Amino acid sequence: MKKTNWLLLVLALVLSMFLAACSGGSDDTSNSTDDADSEETTDTEDTSGEDGEASGEQVLNIVDSAEIPTMDASLATDAVAFQWLGSTTDGLYRLGENAQPEPGIAKDHEVSEDGLTWTFNLREDAVWSNGDPVTANDFVYAWQRAVNPDTGSEYGPYMMGGVIKNAQAVVDGEVPVEELGVKADGDYTLVVELEKPVPYFESLTAFGTFLPLNKAFVEEKGEDYALEADALLSNGPFVLTEWSHGEGWTLEKNQDYWDAENVKLEKINVKVVKETSTAVNLYDTGEIDRTGLSAEFVDQYRTSDEFQIEEEPVLFYLKMNHENEVLGNVNARKAIQMVIDRQSMVDVILNNGSIPAVGHVPQNFTKHPETDEDFRELNGDLIETNVEQAQELWSKAKEELGQDSIELGYLGGDSEVAQNLDAYIKDQLEQLEGLTVKVQSVPFKERLQRDENMEYDIQNSGWGPDYIDPNTFLNMFITDGGNNKTGYSSEEYDGLIEKANNELAQEPVERFETFLEAEKILIQDDAVLAPLYQRASAQLWKPYVKGVIAQPMGPDYTYKYAYIEGK
Amino acid sequence: MARYITQRLIYMVITMFLIATLTFFLMKFLPGTPLSAADKLSDEQQAVVLEKYGLNDPVPVQYFNYMVNLAQGDLGISFQFDNREVTNIIMERIGPSMQLGFQAMVIGTIIGMLLGLVSAIYHNGIMDYTSTFLAVLGQSVPSFVFAGVLQFYIGVKFGWLPVALWEGWEYTILPTVSLAIFPIAIAARFMRTEMLEVMGSDYIVTARAKGVNKVGVVFKHGLRNALIPLITVLGPLAIGLMTGTLVIENIFAVPGIGEQFVKAINMNDYPIIMGTTLLIAFLFIFIILVIDLLYGVIDPRIRLAEGE
Repeated sequence: MKKTNWLLLVLALVLSMFLAACSGGSDDTSNSTDDADSEETTDTEDTSGEDGEASGEQVLNIVDSAEIPTMDASLATDAVAFQWLGSTTDGLYRLGENAQPEPGIAKDHEVSEDGLTWTFNLREDAVWSNGDPVTANDFVYAWQRAVNPDTGSEYGPYMMGGVIKNAQAVVDGEVPVEELGVKADGDYTLVVELEKPVPYFESLTAFGTFLPLNKAFVEEKGEDYALEADALLSNGPFVLTEWSHGEGWTLEKNQDYWDAENVKLEKINVKVVKETSTAVNLYDTGEIDRTGLSAEFVDQYRTSDEFQIEEEPVLFYLKMNHENEVLGNVNARKAIQMVIDRQSMVDVILNNGSIPAVGHVPQNFTKHPETDEDFRELNGDLIETNVEQAQELWSKAKEELGQDSIELGYLGGDSEVAQNLDAYIKDQLEQLEGLTVKVQSVPFKERLQRDENMEYDIQNSGWGPDYIDPNTFLNMFITDGGNNKTGYSSEEYDGLIEKANNELAQEPVERFETFLEAEKILIQDDAVLAPLYQRASAQLWKPYVKGVIAQPMGPDYTYKYAYIEGK
Repeated sequence: MARYITQRLIYMVITMFLIATLTFFLMKFLPGTPLSAADKLSDEQQAVVLEKYGLNDPVPVQYFNYMVNLAQGDLGISFQFDNREVTNIIMERIGPSMQLGFQAMVIGTIIGMLLGLVSAIYHNGIMDYTSTFLAVLGQSVPSFVFAGVLQFYIGVKFGWLPVALWEGWEYTILPTVSLAIFPIAIAARFMRTEMLEVMGSDYIVTARAKGVNKVGVVFKHGLRNALIPLITVLGPLAIGLMTGTLVIENIFAVPGIGEQFVKAINMNDYPIIMGTTLLIAFLFIFIILVIDLLYGVIDPRIRLAEGE
């Protein structure tokens, strides 16, 4: 009898361990929703709530999902690096509330009539953390370094090529780096010459690649520059004081910052935590003040006061290879667009606040220059779900193609969430009579390679913006565009994008309207892509954290105005 | 003995060379490039960046350059952590992994051996059944399940120990226990089987007949003979534990090398992939040498045979 009881107890214990593990201890290694190729997250939502007063210890404890790959602004390419570069360094401008550029090192600027010359007037009270003044030469040096082929910067040529005068020629080695269109006129005036008028250039100057560098310091440190906390300089709200690689880092308020009086946080402690379940546990025990939630935690915390959804201007869509005989048919593409039930997809499969995408410019991203109406609101839903109509279009396509049963390959991601999503889409697409979809789940790098060589029929792709302008999404699909890779080519579409970026560059209203028109051609008329969803992230924030501003590009968050109240 | 060790060391160098060569060429089959913004860069821009890393050279040239540098102890520069030396990255990351692995190994071996011994001594009794049950459980349930349970109950619910992070010795307890479960199970199973076999040997029967008590026989005569198979199994297991386990490191936010290795593969960070592979390979070869030498210490007959 005794023996039996003992064994039962052990059995019960083991069972309870299993059950607890099933309910709480997820090992999902990703809290992102898919295999996105975008790195900037976004949104203009302010997590602070109403204005208040900082009280108590001004320390913010958070986690990041990865180690900082580099703190060298010329070499940075990912969200983590841009986040902490943006927190420690001021560029000409920085993004503030509602993603509006606000003065950083630049007090103001003038633009020449032709839009080609931008003259920035710099503040004279900004200093580096070693006491050196921040001057126009620091920008000249940093920008030249970023496009210099010897530096091996990935983002320098990408962000500056075709924007700053001669940037591409410098990258190609055709002219010396001194010929780059950026000059210092004295210590506190920076003159930038552009290749063509770039309406979004102001917001571009807030991007990490455009941050200044102290030449003497960088050269003194040589190859050790930015490798450790003591090999870095700051001119921004915070200074990186401790950096334990792989484990975490600490930022402290920069007492010498030109706007130090508006910085309330004394310290930000960041730890590297990759598992969402671990971060949630740390959040629950009060060790950290913020955590992202993956889909399985969303239902558990949805009713919490601390639960928030942050919308991001990151889009996911099905890219279709127009060189494929079937997908070259516009009716077939329209059928594919129309047959997918996006609402169920975001509600059931993603379950993180993502919303159905109905165009190729996200909502709450750019507004009409005059009426302030949202791009998405103005252009409306360019696609709808209608299975019956999709079937009709599909039949028409089959008739035109003279085929009855069709097989298409589908290139998807290899993460758990991506595979669920891809299975769902396969199911949806196979509602089209006679269509068989063959899913291939491959790692992200493999997908990029197949995209590059156009070795796919349909693929699940994503895109995040590099600057705040519809162009960052719409110029992707011009003929032979580097990211087009669909075989799509339309003179009319190319013409509109070209017009918006040249002829209308200084006519904001007409330019915006041209983009509206272009998007209609891309999605509605030519059905180049099948939009899927606009990403959002579910988060928990402790209610005592105020004043954090979420950003649509560059750093995910601005902590400059953050504070702790009533902890 | 010295000749034997010298010979083994030469074999080690040859093995390392072969592993380095094989890994280098296999690595080149990985899809993609180390460029993180590959989808945004034009072909010309990509070429410029690849030139910086020496990846535009033909593969044999890259191989030659790598081997020359390797011979000088230079493992190169990481691609994902710009300009950081691979040697430094590995040194920073290997510490926490080895500490956890070592702790788990020591605890696992001691507890596992004790469980195995108890099982053998009380063969077919309740202690035997319990110990065997625990061993099967430890071997069949993945460590991340234990980790999740421990983290939730011990860390979150009862607040007895830190949930995660790496800030002091107390932070190592939960990951160590999670990691130790598997070696406990392995050691218990092997110890039990070997002890039962040894206990049935003639010399044990003789000792028992002479009146030596059961526990005395086990510790004085049985244990030593039962150790050899156990050491054979635990050696490679120790390397697996000490070179970092991705899941446990992720769950407890340990800045170890396991996670780094997997990330390097995903990012095509060739120098880190090479550096980590070579380190793990070296540890494996080294531990096999140590085990071979240990055989001799435990059972002198083996040493004599080698000496001949």
